[in-house]
Amino acid sequence: MENKIKKVDLIFGKVDHLSVLDKSFQRSQDEIILDVIDSGLRGRGGAGFPTGLKWKFAKNEDSEQKYVICNADEGEPGTFKDREILTQVPEKVLSGMALCGYCIGASEGYIYLRAEYNFLLPMLHEKINRFNSDMRERNIEFAVYVRSGSGAYVCGEETALMESMEGKRGEPRNKPPFPTSRGYLGKPTSINNVETLVFALMIAHHGPQEFRDMGTFDSRGSKVFSVSGDTPNAGIYELELGMTLEQFVNEFGDGDTKAVQVGGASGFCVARKHFKDTLIGFEGIPTGGSMMIFNSSRSMYNILHDYLEFFEEESCGQCTPCRVGCQQLLKGVESVKKGSKPPSYLEELQKLSETMKIASKCGLGQSVPNPFNSIINNFREEIIY
Amino acid sequence: MSKYKVNLKINNISISVDEGTTILAAARQLNFRIPTLCHHDDLCVAGNCRVCVVEQKGARLLPASCATPVSEGMEILTNSMKVRQARKHIVELLLSEHNADCTKCFKSGSCELQSMSNDYRIGDHVFLDLLVGKSRTIDISSPSIEKDDSKCIRCQRCVRTCSDLQAVSALAVTNKGHEMKISTFLDKPMNEVVCTNCGQCINRCPTAALTERNYIDEVFDAIYDPKKFVVVQTAPATRVAIGEEFGMEPGTRVTGKMVAALRRLGFDKVLDTDFTADLTIMEEGTELLTRLKDALVDGKQVALPMLTSCSPGWIKFQEHLYHDLLDNLSTCKSPQQMFGPLAKTYYAEKVNKNPADMVVVSIMPCVAKKFEAERPEMRGSGYKDVDYVLTTRELGMMIHQAGINFHKLEDEGYDSILGESTGAAVIFGATGGVMEAALRTAYEIVTGREVPFTNLNIKPVRGMDGVKEASVKIKDVKPEWGFLEGVELNVAVAHGLANAKILMDKIRAGESNYHFIEIMACPSGCIGGGGQPIPTNMEIRKKRAAGIYEEDEKMVIRKSHENPEVAEIYQSFLHEPLGHKSHDLLHTHYYPRKRY
Repeated sequence: MENKIKKVDLIFGKVDHLSVLDKSFQRSQDEIILDVIDSGLRGRGGAGFPTGLKWKFAKNEDSEQKYVICNADEGEPGTFKDREILTQVPEKVLSGMALCGYCIGASEGYIYLRAEYNFLLPMLHEKINRFNSDMRERNIEFAVYVRSGSGAYVCGEETALMESMEGKRGEPRNKPPFPTSRGYLGKPTSINNVETLVFALMIAHHGPQEFRDMGTFDSRGSKVFSVSGDTPNAGIYELELGMTLEQFVNEFGDGDTKAVQVGGASGFCVARKHFKDTLIGFEGIPTGGSMMIFNSSRSMYNILHDYLEFFEEESCGQCTPCRVGCQQLLKGVESVKKGSKPPSYLEELQKLSETMKIASKCGLGQSVPNPFNSIINNFREEIIY
Repeated sequence: MSKYKVNLKINNISISVDEGTTILAAARQLNFRIPTLCHHDDLCVAGNCRVCVVEQKGARLLPASCATPVSEGMEILTNSMKVRQARKHIVELLLSEHNADCTKCFKSGSCELQSMSNDYRIGDHVFLDLLVGKSRTIDISSPSIEKDDSKCIRCQRCVRTCSDLQAVSALAVTNKGHEMKISTFLDKPMNEVVCTNCGQCINRCPTAALTERNYIDEVFDAIYDPKKFVVVQTAPATRVAIGEEFGMEPGTRVTGKMVAALRRLGFDKVLDTDFTADLTIMEEGTELLTRLKDALVDGKQVALPMLTSCSPGWIKFQEHLYHDLLDNLSTCKSPQQMFGPLAKTYYAEKVNKNPADMVVVSIMPCVAKKFEAERPEMRGSGYKDVDYVLTTRELGMMIHQAGINFHKLEDEGYDSILGESTGAAVIFGATGGVMEAALRTAYEIVTGREVPFTNLNIKPVRGMDGVKEASVKIKDVKPEWGFLEGVELNVAVAHGLANAKILMDKIRAGESNYHFIEIMACPSGCIGGGGQPIPTNMEIRKKRAAGIYEEDEKMVIRKSHENPEVAEIYQSFLHEPLGHKSHDLLHTHYYPRKRY
């Protein structure tokens, strides 16, 4: 691979979204789903579930009523790409939803919009009204609606999001059943990230090959990154997957990069010595887009402390490992820093984090150990002293 | 619907179970005990405490066995190294946010968290005590229920009980993360919210976060006060449950031992709420017949169906949520509150005591009765009619404290008067019992014949269905009841407030053709009351119900109107049902309350 990162323009580029849909509606659902599977597209929210498979599961469910949900709760610290996608190319998002609705047999789509993005509502409503009437004119039974979140991080978790949409407290559900069999209001639901839906539309437009040719075996295509922190080039970039962190830092770092937090607060912290051999993607470290760059002026203790404070507050509180575990990790590193617990206490906490990873109810508690262990393993002395 | 079988292995033992069975249930079939906290047989799945996690071969995560259905070929380990470590961590975490001052705790010895901690020999806390620096406030605003958040492990059993079983939702989850807690509307105190005091949350709380307000010391103080004449009354459902406090099988009938124990505790007289249960039938039965006459003969606008009023949790529920239908509620006080004023008037006179020196204690399967006794209108005697209400559990604790060997006690009988009762009274303890007792008497008053059911057992109103219905055709009536000739009397029974809601919505919508409805706040009726021994589940409640019906069958007199003490009290004191004295002492009125 060349040392230069390849910039891509699938997401933000102009496309006649209605003609893509018109063309797609002439094809069979199975054909389109097969294309999405073939493209290798995996969910762009962070978890990376194969999108085509999700659609296939939802399609295979026997139900009068199904739903499409566009997850625009974008709450992961350091992620802001969905906001930009919704601002720049809302029609492509809506069309991606309609495409999904056509494939799985859903007549209603919902955008679950992060509360902090409510300023987008007037624009979105206008676009949605236009889009819905475009669908009506085509005799396509599909309409999009928006639901606003209420500010809880956990509502980005797909089942908590559905609970929230149903007017209940946003708490993750037990899985199984998965949303494709019992989702919103108990009906089969395909819930996809904003970016994923646009990629699906573009795959329908160009065919799977172009997407498939980019990236690596497990991480096909391109990805929109939210670059922030100690960088002269903070912003949003669509880049081909498959780069190493070294390539990334060469492009975006300020020359003094000490560590990069890949995947937001719930992601992994990579130290400089590992930049070379760390691939950004499902073979290495996946990300929903958040790339936070830290230079040598930053205290890794403060960074870890901030993350743990965030999780201690944003855990929904229903399951023990996450609710109490987050508090113990936070209070634990504070105690080690103060000297009221010995440095060896960090090992106790790391064992505890292992339990959180395998015994928590949802992705929130399961991923708190990611930043915790990666920061402690890489920067142990900064935590203790 | 035919069920598919699923084959799996648990701890290397093969088993085939119905599709949809949880891993937990499958493991139980193989006699592997998996510890649980948030799981309760009466409640929907939560999967939030995570102590029941197990290892599934090939899976990255440890699934919660209570919330995960089996799947074909699954291989499960319930006690692997991974599971043990995770489970121990989880118990340690729960202890770190729990006020583990066990030696001073009301639930010590019966706390599920404590027993789990013992099982895993959790020694010194590895983790930091998260209660340090947090203020501890105990909500004792309610006369029935005490809520101590420092003991709460957030399993949400109480929340699910309150919403799913009782349709009340006084308790709910508020806040998130480290501030997540179980609270009320706007964090108001328990006595200011929609709480009905049914106490079902107490029965399902694994720790002492929710307990009854206990009045054991006050009662001992009264007993040892030489100036006080202390009488005790015992509710029907207590006699088939108190044995559980001493390790006996649920449903064991220990009426005689309970009476003996009460006497040894030092109560001056041991009397029976069953007596006033019989009296309730006379009053409530007459009230029903009067309402029917008013409606059918005089064409008056009367509220029908008439609803029973024995269950104070149910009454408060109606006052909050169905106060447009309060006219349908019988004006009869509950048996406990009929007993109180009679003890301090009729009985005081008979035994020549000054009611001011009398203390009336009741032993109840209920915590709502504590609230009921505090209601300002419950002062028909001119004094507080019932001074202290103890739960079955509190009585068990008193007997333990007094060093009485319950098992060895010889049976003793109740004192007279206010001690005589019938089989009709004892069945008040099970759902459908009030209805059955009322029908036994009302039918006979109207027709002069016994109810047309084998051996007086009115089976259609028995059993654990949430809502039960029955019809009794009234034929060949006595001349004075001619207006009831040929009438099909439609009755219904509900237990658990979620089931009550079903009937109430029907009435409100004008879709009910019932004449008379029995409602008990607690699942299975008083035998499943909020003051009964813990644990509770359907199997236990069925056994208690069986005990109740056995007790009925063995009684010589099984119809309330044949209770000789009841006849005597009407002759010498009350004169007639619904009479002037009854009105003053035995009937009451109700108030609308707010909805939150």
